[in-house]
Amino acid sequence: MVCKSRLLEVGLDKNMKILIVDDFSTMRRIVKNLLRDLGFTNTQEADDGTTALPMLQNGDFDFLVTDWNMPGMTGLDLLKNVRADDRLKSLPVLMVTAEAKRDQIVAAAQAGVNGYVVKPFTAAVLKEKIDKIFERVEG
Amino acid sequence: MVDVNLESTDSQVGSEIKTLAESMLRELEQGELSKAVALVNDLNELRDRTLFNEIGKLTRALHESIKNINLDSVGAASEIEHTTDKLQYVLEMTDKSANRTMDLVDEGMPVASGMADKATALSARWKKFMSKELTPSEFRQLTRDVDEYLNSSASDARMIKGQLSEIVLAQDFQDLTGQVIHKVTDLIRDVEQRLVTLVAMAGHVDRMTGIEHETESVKEERENEPDIKAEGPQINTANADVVGSQDDVDDLLSSLGF
Repeated sequence: MVCKSRLLEVGLDKNMKILIVDDFSTMRRIVKNLLRDLGFTNTQEADDGTTALPMLQNGDFDFLVTDWNMPGMTGLDLLKNVRADDRLKSLPVLMVTAEAKRDQIVAAAQAGVNGYVVKPFTAAVLKEKIDKIFERVEG
Repeated sequence: MVDVNLESTDSQVGSEIKTLAESMLRELEQGELSKAVALVNDLNELRDRTLFNEIGKLTRALHESIKNINLDSVGAASEIEHTTDKLQYVLEMTDKSANRTMDLVDEGMPVASGMADKATALSARWKKFMSKELTPSEFRQLTRDVDEYLNSSASDARMIKGQLSEIVLAQDFQDLTGQVIHKVTDLIRDVEQRLVTLVAMAGHVDRMTGIEHETESVKEERENEPDIKAEGPQINTANADVVGSQDDVDDLLSSLGF
């Protein structure tokens, strides 16, 4: 187990470019700080799907962390737009959201989300989901 | 609160209709068709009068409720507008507090890791000294570094202590926003009560005049629309459609093949 996580940490590119999308600046800051603690420092922020989508289309991002409930374009619509875009469709997407209804989680899964974290969450959960996503993507 | 005695109106109108209907029946039995038709007109008039009365009452009740909610008809600052300001204040306070806390943590974190790093490095050299592996000059350097570390760690710890107590102070928003939220909750409860009275009155007018709004099938159709929308945090996690924890999310996703 120790060996495996060690390998993973070597395998995970700490320089990968991550876009954090949330309408609340404090939540963006929390996610950014947690990612920084995990060694990921190459992050950018957007406050909803409408601003995030063009950034993704022009910005060679490696990973998207998005909230669901946002004014303008929601996280679910952003996810659907990403999956419908030829150049973005294989981008790993982690949803970090307060939306906790079964129907919603199923809808996010059907739209092609790679991981789903419900708020409030811990640093350990965030790390576990990121590791799992890239384990699957690279494996 | 608007007080309208609905029951007495009901029974009054009911007995009037009964009297009219009975006399109509009597006229018909006696073959007085034109008198019976005239009574049909009276019935219609009664219905109209009742309708006007109910509308009048509803209007008065509405007016009274609006006055009570303190909504100003000319659009000046109302209770509701004040409420929006109050909630905006809650938003600002919580935002400020969260950022202040994170600023303090951002300041304190490097100080704490600096202390840990310095202690780890010194500890390695100290072990060498204990197993007599240090040269005299290395030892002299070590004593100077230990001295410096003791001084800096004392001031670093004091700094972190200060930051921790400021983090505690930054939680004062809970008290202030709590008071505001209590006020807003009271207002909403009050408005709800008044609206319930209004709805009851409107329902009464509907019954008196036989107006039907939405049929059940239309209502059902609307409720059955499959629509996945963002709803925000679920307050009642005991609900069966709501996941209780991250473990439930993981179980659900793995049942879907994730």
